[in-house]
Parts: sequence; structure tokens; C-alpha cells
Amino acid sequence: MDDQPVAATDDAAAAGAEAGPAIRLRCLSREYGERLALNRVDLDLARGETLALLGPNGSGKSTMLRVLATLLRPTSGEVSVLGSELPNSAWKLRGRIGYLGHEPLLYRDLTGRENLELQGRLHGIPKDEAAARIEADLEILEMSRRADDRVGGFSAGMRQRISICRAVLPRPELLLLDEPDSNLDPEGRELARALIGAAPGRTRVLVSHEPDRARAEADRVMVLGRRGEVELNEPTGNPPAGAGPAPGTGPALTNPGAVR
Amino acid sequence: MTPSRTAFAALLGKDLRTELRTMRSLPAMVLFAVTTFIIFRYSLDRTTLEGSLAGGVLWTTLLFASILGINRIFVSELEEGGFDAIRLAPIDRTVLFTAKASALFIYLAVLQVIVVPVFAIFFLSDFSALIPLVAVLLTVNLGFSVLGTLISSMAVNSRARDLLVPLLLLPLVVPLMIAATGASAGLFDAAGPDYDGFGSWLLVAGLYDGVFLLVGYAVFEFLLED
Repeated sequence: MDDQPVAATDDAAAAGAEAGPAIRLRCLSREYGERLALNRVDLDLARGETLALLGPNGSGKSTMLRVLATLLRPTSGEVSVLGSELPNSAWKLRGRIGYLGHEPLLYRDLTGRENLELQGRLHGIPKDEAAARIEADLEILEMSRRADDRVGGFSAGMRQRISICRAVLPRPELLLLDEPDSNLDPEGRELARALIGAAPGRTRVLVSHEPDRARAEADRVMVLGRRGEVELNEPTGNPPAGAGPAPGTGPALTNPGAVR
Repeated sequence: MTPSRTAFAALLGKDLRTELRTMRSLPAMVLFAVTTFIIFRYSLDRTTLEGSLAGGVLWTTLLFASILGINRIFVSELEEGGFDAIRLAPIDRTVLFTAKASALFIYLAVLQVIVVPVFAIFFLSDFSALIPLVAVLLTVNLGFSVLGTLISSMAVNSRARDLLVPLLLLPLVVPLMIAATGASAGLFDAAGPDYDGFGSWLLVAGLYDGVFLLVGYAVFEFLLED
């Protein structure tokens, strides 16, 4: 009986966190020694929106993605991702974020399928469901035929395709994509959109060196300057991708191929 | 959170499968140990060794051979950024520590299954010491594995990791080596295994293992932070 008010408070807090923005940054700064990579960045990104993160080389785009992915600690400022404050509550976010970085995060001595199965087990996805998701995602990216070859023998583009499968395998609520088109041929880029493109309920941060393309896909654009400062942060005015259910709550979870 | 047992099995299975496929660590460790025994055999100009000299030759060789494996235990995570994939997964970070230490323990056990008989053929006139020696090998392996995993995780991001691992490991492993040699010396007695002091040295090695297991569980998560 005594637990009920506490439980109710927790539920209310959880509901509030779920209803809040997907990403909320206040004065986020990150330093590498003397060098300032991110300089007092503010951002509010609603759930289901896509942010295009633009800027020259060395402006802190990848650093910002790594902070959001809980892979780097912010030096100062407030960071809230999917309702969890970073870095203290980073553990709550593990498994809810899909991260596609510069490195493919794959083991070169395992096959593509073995890499994905390993990720499935680490994310606690039941074996049958993981196998179904892997098969569907590989099919979408036209990698089924080569999935049983070792990743070390893959071209950079093929590694990127498997890496995309890895990033979306847990059906994350937030996708952090650092130049997802890199190494992909035009056909691969189109195929990849089915898994990592804008979709209802999918929150994305998209780092790109193709401003026009990134703006076309995004609800909001942020441009970082050479000293990691925000030069521009505004809505793009594109029609929203939709306000459907969040990934993981609808049929897309059990039928990955349906996410297009 | 993913159940720790599932994550442990996945990570250990990955390491063992990779080693079976690539044979990056074990053949080098075995070759190093056998070559060192040959060098000792001819440089000491002895066909049999007894007591602490036999223990010293065995454990010095095993220690340096194990460094080859310790150096490589996190290399697959370093290449292609595998560390980040594990850090993004909803698993307890100490599972990685346990899985890596277990993989190293298995490598060392396989190494010893191959090279301890070679040592016996080269240097022992009486093989009766080999059965009690198994207890020493297992206890010391645990210490090597735990400490090696800890040191390797600290050094893996350094360009000088091949240098850092022995520099950090060797001073810390001295107490374990003293215990290992102390426990083995009586077993290699010329008159047959002498168990005087055997239990005490084994206890020292066990305490060492316990201390570094606790240290490993306490600090490993911080070692994985940026």
C-alpha cells in the first residue's frame, strides 16, 4: 500500500519523460584538452523529428553525435536524451539508440550475419526475432547473398550496409547517423533509406556533407562553425514525416520490412 | 538490461570463435614457450632441473608467453571500433571483463596443456609432480587472466600498448610469480614431490586472485569510459 504513491509518482515521471523532447541540449560544451570541440550548443528536437547537422570538417558534428550516443561525456552543460539526463543516466539509454559512426563497429573475422547475431544477443533480442529482423534487413539492403562471408573481405560499401543493419537491429527510438551515405553507391543509398530514412515516429540526427539532401530530409537544421559554435538552428519548413507510433510500439517492430 | 549470462556467452563465444578461425594468439604463445624451453635446455646445459630452478624456468616461460596473449586480448575490439558496439549495448560492462578474462584463462589452459608436457620431457626425470601442478597452474592462470585483462584494457588505446602491457604487468605480477614458484619448487624436488609449504603458497596465489578480481570489478567500467 505504501508503495502506491511512489509508483504513481514514478509512472508520472516516466510519462513526462516520454512526452518530452527526444533531445534537449543546454549550453553543451565538449573539450579535448585545450581544444573546444563543441561550444555552448542549445537544441530542442521533438520526438519523430529529423535534425540535419551540418558544418565544416572539425566543427564538432561527430563529437556531438558521440555525446548523444553516450560514448563521450560532455565537459559541461545539460544533455537530455529520450528523457534521460547524461551522463548520469546513460545506462538507461543503452539499447534505445542506434549509432552509425565512421567506424563500422563490426568484427572483421566474423561473418556479416555473425556480427548481427552477436549484436542481437547483446541487446537481448530473442533468437527467433533477431534472426527474422536480420534476414529482413539484409534482404532490404541486398546483402543476403554475402552475409555469410567474413566482414574482413567486404568492400567499404558492403561493410557500411552491414553496419546499417547493426545500427537498426534493436529497432532504436533514436538514430544517430554520421554520414550514412559514405561508401555507398547510389543504389545502396536508396536501399538504405528504407532502414534509416525519415519515417513516422523515428527520431534522427543526420550528419552530412550534402546540405541540400540533408535539408530535404530534415525537420530542423543545425550548422556548427569551426569552433564548435552554433551558426544556425532553425526548422526547415519541410512537411513532417508523420506523427505515428514510435518505433518499437507498432507493427514495424515485428515486420521490419514494412518500414519504408 | 540483457541478462549477464546471455551477454557473457555471446562475448566469450565471439572471442573463442575468432581465435579458432584466425589462430592469432595461441600458436605464437606455444611457439614462444617451446622455443624458450629449448634455449634454457641448451644454455643451462642440463638434462634435468629440480626445485626452485625448475619452477623458475617453467613460470618465467609461461609468464612471457602469456604476455603475447594478453597484448592481443582487446585488439579485435580496437580494430573497427568494436568497443563502441559493446558500450552501446544494454549490458553490464563487467560482463566484458569476465568474458575477456575467461577467454584468456582458456588460452592459458590450452597453452599449458601443450607446453607443460614439453617442459616435463625436457627437464623432469619424474612426472609425478604434474598432477598437483595442475592446482598451481589453475590458480595462477586465474591471476594472470584477471590482471592481464585489466592491464590490457588500460593499454589498448595506446599506440605503445605492446610496450605498456609488460611494463605495467611485470611489477604487479611479482607476488603471483613468487607464490607460483614457491608452490612449484617443492613439487619438483629431486626426491619426489614435497608438499611442505605447498598449501600456503597456493593460498597466497588465491588471495592475489581474489584481490585483483575485486579490483577488476570495481574499476573496469571506468576504464571503458572516454
